[in-house]
Amino acid sequence: MPTENGRPTLKERFTRGLDAPICLTWELTYACNLACVHCLSSSGRRDPRELTPAEARQIVDDLAAMKVFYVNIGGGEPMMRPDFFDLVGYAVDSKVGVKFSTNGTRLTAERARRLAAMDYLDVQVSLDGALASTNDAVRGEGSFAAARTAMDNLAAAGFGPFKISVVVTKENATQLDAFSAIAESYGAQLRLTRFRPSGRGVDSWEALHPTADQQRMLYHWLLEHPDVLTGDSFFHLSALGQPLDGLNLCGAGRVVCLIDPVGDVYACPFVIDQEFLAGNVRNAGGFAEVWQHSDLFTSLRQPQSAGACASCGSYDACQGGCMAAKFFTGLPLDGPDPECVFGHGEAALASREVRPRSEVGHSKVDPSGIRIPVPTPVRFRSPAHASR
Amino acid sequence: MWRLLSVTDTRAPHSPPVFDIDGSWRLNPQVALRGEAFGALAYHYGTRRLIFLKSRPLVDLVSSLDRYASAAEAIAALIPVPERADYGRALARLAASEVIDAH
Repeated sequence: MPTENGRPTLKERFTRGLDAPICLTWELTYACNLACVHCLSSSGRRDPRELTPAEARQIVDDLAAMKVFYVNIGGGEPMMRPDFFDLVGYAVDSKVGVKFSTNGTRLTAERARRLAAMDYLDVQVSLDGALASTNDAVRGEGSFAAARTAMDNLAAAGFGPFKISVVVTKENATQLDAFSAIAESYGAQLRLTRFRPSGRGVDSWEALHPTADQQRMLYHWLLEHPDVLTGDSFFHLSALGQPLDGLNLCGAGRVVCLIDPVGDVYACPFVIDQEFLAGNVRNAGGFAEVWQHSDLFTSLRQPQSAGACASCGSYDACQGGCMAAKFFTGLPLDGPDPECVFGHGEAALASREVRPRSEVGHSKVDPSGIRIPVPTPVRFRSPAHASR
Repeated sequence: MWRLLSVTDTRAPHSPPVFDIDGSWRLNPQVALRGEAFGALAYHYGTRRLIFLKSRPLVDLVSSLDRYASAAEAIAALIPVPERADYGRALARLAASEVIDAH
């Protein structure tokens, strides 16, 4: 790795890990009223072991003490947690900023006003199609209308520039300009992220991930639209030439991690699997102990082998791509990303033997026993019930 | 020349403040610093920007700006002569990203 005047580069420092994460994802609940086919956390049912409000506040205290400036809150649908507003209020009062993702179904006009009144809080509403038909095929019938209503409510409440968050798929990769237009109509920011084969994505990735041509088009589109946020998630595309904005590295266990609803700490939000479980915040020492001393994170901070990618001239640019994408497609972690822009992943996919399937899952049981995920329609609660 | 800082978000702020090195500056009260081996992470709670200060002397300079009548005086007191121009440019970028503000 290059150094600047003999000092380690920032990228080198980050791959060796920091004493505290730069930011992390915290999934508040596995409960969700949608059943998106690509859900990274296989959410649906609330886990009875979910952290209590007091335990959740303790996590905020730990993050504040570690000077973690902000946390990405997700789920499940985080607004389904009864203490959602108490908890995000406690976080922002503790100077732990909150960026939270929602499907929008619980984002009523009244709640939009409550959110707009809070400092240090960003909202991103998920939308996976610029057309209702594209979106609803992935997120469930009625989910497009629900998300647009949530956006209308945020705009009417004067929330300011909220974010619209899109997982790029084969079906919506042709709608990037239309997503931009929707974002612009609200004065919102567009955020595009990579579709990983995690959670229920294990079953939908083959059919839904963008084609090689679409990936190249996306790379050029992102270069032309530097104002579009990506959460650094497309760094595998940086092998195509000019690097995309961002750190361009896998931060798993080094600068980011995931705390799940039961307090389990995983290397990143896309690897909810025993293999990448570092510890639990309920154990002695709490989150800081897991972050600073767990065997898993210690090993991720060691120099990693480039393996089959060592002879590729673009390894420095893409670092072999995304660990989660490799793991859940059954590829070796020291080889090419399944969506390697030079096509090395496709060859590797053809010769793989087994694909791991996580033991951790909270999907609602499908009585038909069909494994291929099917999104469920949005069921709206009565306004009286929802205005709690 | 190695860079003294990285700004994650390159979007121009709404009204980029002009950096006057002879003016009085301070760490923006909306910015929090977290010391790291390489320098510090800075986070602006208003713009939600994360900035990497890639040298310890830069962190010391930014943290103590408010104790000097001007940025130039702070640089003169804390930074060796050959590096002063680099640190002046770094402060100008930090002013543009609102990490430091005039006071």
